[in-house]
Amino acid sequence: MQDKILLSMRGIGKNFPGVRALHNVDFTLRAGEIHALMGENGAGKSTLIKVLTGVYGKDAGTISIEGKEVFIRSPQDAQKAGISTVYQEITLCPNLTVAENMFIGRDKNVLVGWGKRYRRAGEILRNLNIPARPRQQLGACSLAVQQMVAIARAVDMDCKVLILDEPTSSLDDKEVEMLFTLMRDLRSQGVGIIFVTHFLEQVYAVSDRITVLRNGELVGEYEVENLPQVELVAKMMGKELQGLSDLKQDDNEAAFTGTPVYEVAHLTSTTGIAPFDFSIRKGEVNGFTGLLGSGRSESVRAIFGADRVSGGTVQVEGKKARISNPKQAMKRGIGYLPEDRKADGIIADLSVRENIILALQVMKGFFHPLSQKEQDAFVDEYIRALDIKTASADTPIKSLSGGNQQKVILARWLLTHPKYLILDEPTRGIDVGTKTEIQRLVRRLAKDGMSVTFISSEIEEMLRTCSRLIVMRDRRIVGELRGTKLSQDNVMRTIAGGEQ
Amino acid sequence: MKRFASKIKWSKYTQLLKTKWSKYTQLLKTKWSKYTQLLKTKWSKYAQLLKAKGRKHAQLLVPLLSILLIAVFNLLRDPSFFSVEISKNNLDNPVLTGNLISILNGASELAVISMGMTLVTAACGGQDISVGALGTIAASVFVKILRDGQITAGTIVLAFLACCAAAMVFGAFNGTLVSVFKIQPMIATLVLFTCGRSVAYWINGGATPTIESPLINAVGSFIPGCPVPTPILIVIAVGLLLGALLRFTTLGLYTQTVGINQRAARLNGINPTLIKLASFLVLGLCCAVAGCISASRLGLINHETMLQEIEMDAILAVAIGGNALGGGKFRITGSVLGAYAIQALTITLYAMKVPSTDVKAYKAIVIIIIVVISSPVVKQAISRLWAKVKENSQKKKEVAA
Repeated sequence: MQDKILLSMRGIGKNFPGVRALHNVDFTLRAGEIHALMGENGAGKSTLIKVLTGVYGKDAGTISIEGKEVFIRSPQDAQKAGISTVYQEITLCPNLTVAENMFIGRDKNVLVGWGKRYRRAGEILRNLNIPARPRQQLGACSLAVQQMVAIARAVDMDCKVLILDEPTSSLDDKEVEMLFTLMRDLRSQGVGIIFVTHFLEQVYAVSDRITVLRNGELVGEYEVENLPQVELVAKMMGKELQGLSDLKQDDNEAAFTGTPVYEVAHLTSTTGIAPFDFSIRKGEVNGFTGLLGSGRSESVRAIFGADRVSGGTVQVEGKKARISNPKQAMKRGIGYLPEDRKADGIIADLSVRENIILALQVMKGFFHPLSQKEQDAFVDEYIRALDIKTASADTPIKSLSGGNQQKVILARWLLTHPKYLILDEPTRGIDVGTKTEIQRLVRRLAKDGMSVTFISSEIEEMLRTCSRLIVMRDRRIVGELRGTKLSQDNVMRTIAGGEQ
Repeated sequence: MKRFASKIKWSKYTQLLKTKWSKYTQLLKTKWSKYTQLLKTKWSKYAQLLKAKGRKHAQLLVPLLSILLIAVFNLLRDPSFFSVEISKNNLDNPVLTGNLISILNGASELAVISMGMTLVTAACGGQDISVGALGTIAASVFVKILRDGQITAGTIVLAFLACCAAAMVFGAFNGTLVSVFKIQPMIATLVLFTCGRSVAYWINGGATPTIESPLINAVGSFIPGCPVPTPILIVIAVGLLLGALLRFTTLGLYTQTVGINQRAARLNGINPTLIKLASFLVLGLCCAVAGCISASRLGLINHETMLQEIEMDAILAVAIGGNALGGGKFRITGSVLGAYAIQALTITLYAMKVPSTDVKAYKAIVIIIIVVISSPVVKQAISRLWAKVKENSQKKKEVAA
C-alpha cells in the first residue's frame, strides 16, 4: 500500500520580493504513510504547505495527485482536490456542538437533516475512537479532542492528503499519544499524512519518512530507520558531522573566575520556559544555543524583563535585584538587542539620530532631554565608530540597509554603557562583512570588561565568539559546553539529546 | 626671395600666436572648470541643506498650501477681505476688526483642541470623538462655580482650575479605556461622546445658564485697552506652554516612539500605557481651555450646541496638518495651521454671503479637494510625474551631448 504515490510536487519555486522562499523543491507523499516535513524556521516548510493548500500561488513547478496534475489556486481548490489542513490553532467554533462543527460550511450536505447528521457524526467518532459525543459542545472538550474533531471533519470530507501543522504544540504527553493513535489509524486506512512539527522525538515516534528543507531548498528525503536523530539535526542545520570539529577558539579561563555580574536562580517567564539557573562574569562572552523555538530567545527576554517574569531570584553584582520590566533591567546596566529587528528594534519612521539616543534618553529621564549639541556629539561618534552608512543623522532609519539598521540598534545600547549586553541574533539577515565586524566588536567589548550574551543560529559564529555555550532543547537547558568541549559535534549531539 | 622670407616670418608668427593662444585657452578652460566646479559643489551643498530643511518642514506644505489657496481666492474675489481696522466697540474700547481677526478669533477653540488631538492621534493611532462633550462638561463646571458665588478674578481662576481638574478626570477615563483596556480610541470615547452632554446638563440643571460680568467679557472677547481678542492670546499661551512641554521634556520623542512601534518602545524602557494616558490628560486640559473660551465668549452655555461637531473639525485639522491618523510622527504646528485653514474657509463662505444652510456643503467640497490632494495616491502620482520630467530632461541633455 505504501508504494502508491498519492501526492507529488516537483520543482516547486516561490519568490517573495527580495527573498527566494522555495527553490526547486520536490516532495512526494505515498498513500498510507506519515511523512514528517522538517526544517528550521524560515526553511520553507510553511511556504510549501501554503503552496500546497492554495494560500500562495507557486512561481514554478507542478503538483499532481494520484498521477493527475492539479492546479490549486485557492484553499477551496485544495479541498476539492482532497487536501485538508488542521492548523496549530483550532479553527472551529467552540460554541457549537461537535457534530455541527463537523458539518458546517459543507454545501454537499445541505439537504441532509440534522438527525441524520448527528447519527453520521456518531459513527465517524466511533470509527476513529475519538472520545467525544456528537451533541457535546466543542468548547467543553479538551484541546486534544478538539484537534481530533477537526481531523475527523477533514477525514469525512474525503481527504486523501491530511496536513497536520504543529498539532502537538499545545498538548500534553497523554494527549499526544491519543493523537498518534488516531494518526496511525488513518494511516492504515490509506490516508497520506504530512506532519509538521519541531519536536524531534515525536517525529521518530510516529513517522515513516522525513523530508528535510533548508533555506528554501530540498536537502533530501529519508526513511526514518536510516536517519539517526543526530544526523537529522545536522541536516536541518546544514552542517556535516565530521571535519568541522577544529574550530575551537582560544580558551579564556579567566572568564570563569570572579564574581558574577549577573546571576539568576530558577528564572522563568509566562512564555512557558522551564525555570533555569544562569550566571555571567565580567568580561565573559557566553551564548544560548539550540534550534529555533528551543526557548533561547525566551530565556534572554526573561533576563531583561521583556516577558512577564513569573519566578526566580536575580542578583546583579552580588546584590539582590528585582527586574520585572525593561526599564529596571536598563537601570541595572543591562542592554538587550532583540531578535526581531523590525518588530522590536527599530522605530522605523524616526531618524537615525533619534533611534541611537533613545535608550540613553530614557535612562536620563523624562525631564532631561538631551540637547541638540549633545545628541550630535554622541550620534556622530557612533556613526563613525561603527561605520554606519547613512546619508545623514536625520535620515529615517527605515531607509537604511538591514546591517546598518542593526548597527544603529547596537549603537543605541553601547551609548548607555551597559555592564551586561544581550545580543539576540545580531547578525541575522546582514551581509558577511558586517557580520564579522559585529563578531570582532563583541570580542573587543568583552576585553574591555563588558559581559556579553550572544545568540546566533549559526553555530560557527557562536563557537568563534563565545567561551561558554548553554544548550537548550524544548524550552529547557539540556547542557553546557566550555573549553575543549566546544565543538560543533558536541553542540549537535547535545541538541539531539545524546551524551555531552 | 624677400617675399619668401616674409612668408616664413609670417608662418613663424602665426605658429607662435597659435601656441600662445592655445596655452591661454587651456589656462582659461582649467580656470573656468575650477570655478564652475567650486560653484557646483557650493551649490550642491546649499541644495542639500535646502532639501534637508525642506524635508523637515515638508509636512507643513499641505496646510500652508490650503491657506494660500484660500488667500489667493479671496484676493481675486475681493481684496478688501484682508482689511483690518481698529474701531470702538460698545464698551468704548479700541478693538481690531476684520475678516482676518474673526478667522484667528473664531478658530481659537478648534486650534486648542487640535493641539491635544494631535498628541492623542500620534500616541494611540486613533482619535478622541468626545472632545466636544468633554469641553461642554468642563465649561459646565466653570459656569456652575461662577454662578454659585460672586464673579471676581479669584473665583474665575478657581473655577478654571476646577474645570481643568474635572476635564482631566474625564480625560483619564478615556485614556484608561484606551491604554489599559486597549479599546479602539474611537469606540472608547464613544461612551463620553454619547453621555457627555447629559452629564453637562446635570451639573447646572438649567437649559442655558448664563454668566454675566465684565470680567467674563475680558476672557471671552476683549481685555479693556487691548485691541487683540483675548481668545487669540489664550491660543498663543497654550501653544507656548505645549511648546515648552515638548521642548523641556522627552514627551515628543516618547509619543512618536509609542505611536510607531509600541513593542520597541517598551523594550527601551518607555511605558506605552503611561504615554497614551498622558496624551489624553493633555487633550482633557485643551478641552477645558476650549470650553472656558466658548462659555465666556457667549456668556452662557447651551449643552446641546456648545462646541458641536468640533471633534470632526479637530480630526480634520490634524489630517490637513499632515499628521498620520495611524499614529507616529507629528507636528502640532501643522494641526494648528489646519484649524485656521478650516476657519478661513468658513469665514470666506460667509463673506461670500453663502446661506448658512449651504455652508457645510461647500465646505465639504473644498475639504474633499484638500484631502484628495494630500492622499498618498496623488502624492505618489506627483512624485512619479516629477521623476519622469527629470528623466526626460536628462535624456534631452544626453541627446544634445
